[in-house]
Amino acid sequence: MVGDVFVAPLEVAFPYKRTVGTLLSRFFTSLSECRLEGTRGSDGRVYFPPAEFDPLTGAQLTEWVSLSDTGTVSTWAWQSTPVEGQPLSHPFAWALITIDGADVPMLHAVDAGSPENIAIGTKVKVRWAQDRPGGVTDIACFDVVGGAS
Amino acid sequence: MALRDIAIVGTAQRPSEVNSTFTSVEILLPVIQQLLDKVGIERSEIGFWCHGSCDYMSGQPFSFVSAVDAIGAWPPIIESHVEADGALALYEAWVKIQTGEVDVALVFSNGKTTSGPIDQILSLQTDPYMVAPLKPGFDALAALQARACLEAGVVTERQMAEVAARSRRDAHNNAVAFTKGNESVDELLAMPYTLNPLRAHDCATPVDGANAIILAAGDVARRLAERPAWIRGIDHRIDTQRLGARSMITSSSAAIAAQKAGVAKDRIDVAELHAPYTHQELLLRNAMGLSESTHINPSGGALVANPAMAAGLARFAEAAESIFAGSADRVLAHCTSGPMLQQNLVCVMEGE
Repeated sequence: MVGDVFVAPLEVAFPYKRTVGTLLSRFFTSLSECRLEGTRGSDGRVYFPPAEFDPLTGAQLTEWVSLSDTGTVSTWAWQSTPVEGQPLSHPFAWALITIDGADVPMLHAVDAGSPENIAIGTKVKVRWAQDRPGGVTDIACFDVVGGAS
Repeated sequence: MALRDIAIVGTAQRPSEVNSTFTSVEILLPVIQQLLDKVGIERSEIGFWCHGSCDYMSGQPFSFVSAVDAIGAWPPIIESHVEADGALALYEAWVKIQTGEVDVALVFSNGKTTSGPIDQILSLQTDPYMVAPLKPGFDALAALQARACLEAGVVTERQMAEVAARSRRDAHNNAVAFTKGNESVDELLAMPYTLNPLRAHDCATPVDGANAIILAAGDVARRLAERPAWIRGIDHRIDTQRLGARSMITSSSAAIAAQKAGVAKDRIDVAELHAPYTHQELLLRNAMGLSESTHINPSGGALVANPAMAAGLARFAEAAESIFAGSADRVLAHCTSGPMLQQNLVCVMEGE
């Protein structure tokens, strides 16, 4: 109680469990084992994170492709004041990152230190989370290859 | 089957506010009553009611149902709700009138945008496995798009500041607008980045607001309005939800919607674009092929007042009012939703 006002917590969340299906099961398992795998689309492009259905044709995609844990920044933005729950609690870069061997970029965070250390074309490498329950946050963030200068 | 002629015959908007202590019903009720009075129509003459709002903002499933109190459910009415901007509710109402079941529809929308961190709340609607767990926020996603556009030379920071300066100036003439200013482009460019490459004025102003529109068919529309805003084309397109698979420097969904809505068939006098970020206005103008002679966002647009889920319908209201006033003959209204211009609805209206 705060004065005469009754206060109750309200957490906006997905308050239920769900199965993730065949593709995400395999994908999340590979992440928890520190491996990156994408899927190949009908036009030959490799998606990472993997696409379950071809964005062009709608067909189910079944060809898996093993990928390295490095990639290239295709665009970025600087989060100078991080929000609770984001990948890093100190200032960092959001980036679309094309993993080497993939063709379609993914969203993640880059621990670049300062905006001077990142640009389109910057090479980055996965930093794995200590706990990896299976999910996109098994990747803690990306580090700039060669270190943030 | 020939399409029925359908027009907007009246609009009402609630002035923007922040940290409103009113409920959604209290916010909507006066707007709807004001609209019915203005158009001179009884509730019983409304054949279909359609509402746009977002349950994520109140954090409670089916919270939109309570808004029915603002329109009254007795005697029984036919109503529907879209978990989206009111502009999408207008599209549903247009389809409903096209079926021939009803001749008149009232569309309304509301958003208590400032009761929570809207930037984070809306990003809960992104891919729940690949994007939402990272909590990127809509501003950050827009900033990624802006960077790609800047690097590709599609826009410049000066052009973005020009959009902001014009919008803040035009806001002085709009009673619904919230943010107003007279800064020069250079003054805006001297402001610090908030989410590099975006500055505060590059991002829309979240406000609490509500609005409502009445649509009517054929002779009913001519009876209800002196100069109805006739809908000549309306189309809604969606880009892939995979952020990385979309072009960052064009909007293919906006381009297709504009083409299907017939934007290029004749000149557009006024275009009300729902662009929550300055670079997105520039992207939309390019995608829709709008010329220099088109007056963009005389209302100030979403940059100066962005009630989530009502800002798109507000563009329809503003565009239609310029037809009512006789200051324009052919106008464009646009609504976007989702991150980085994922969805785009384009509508062309004409006066007779």
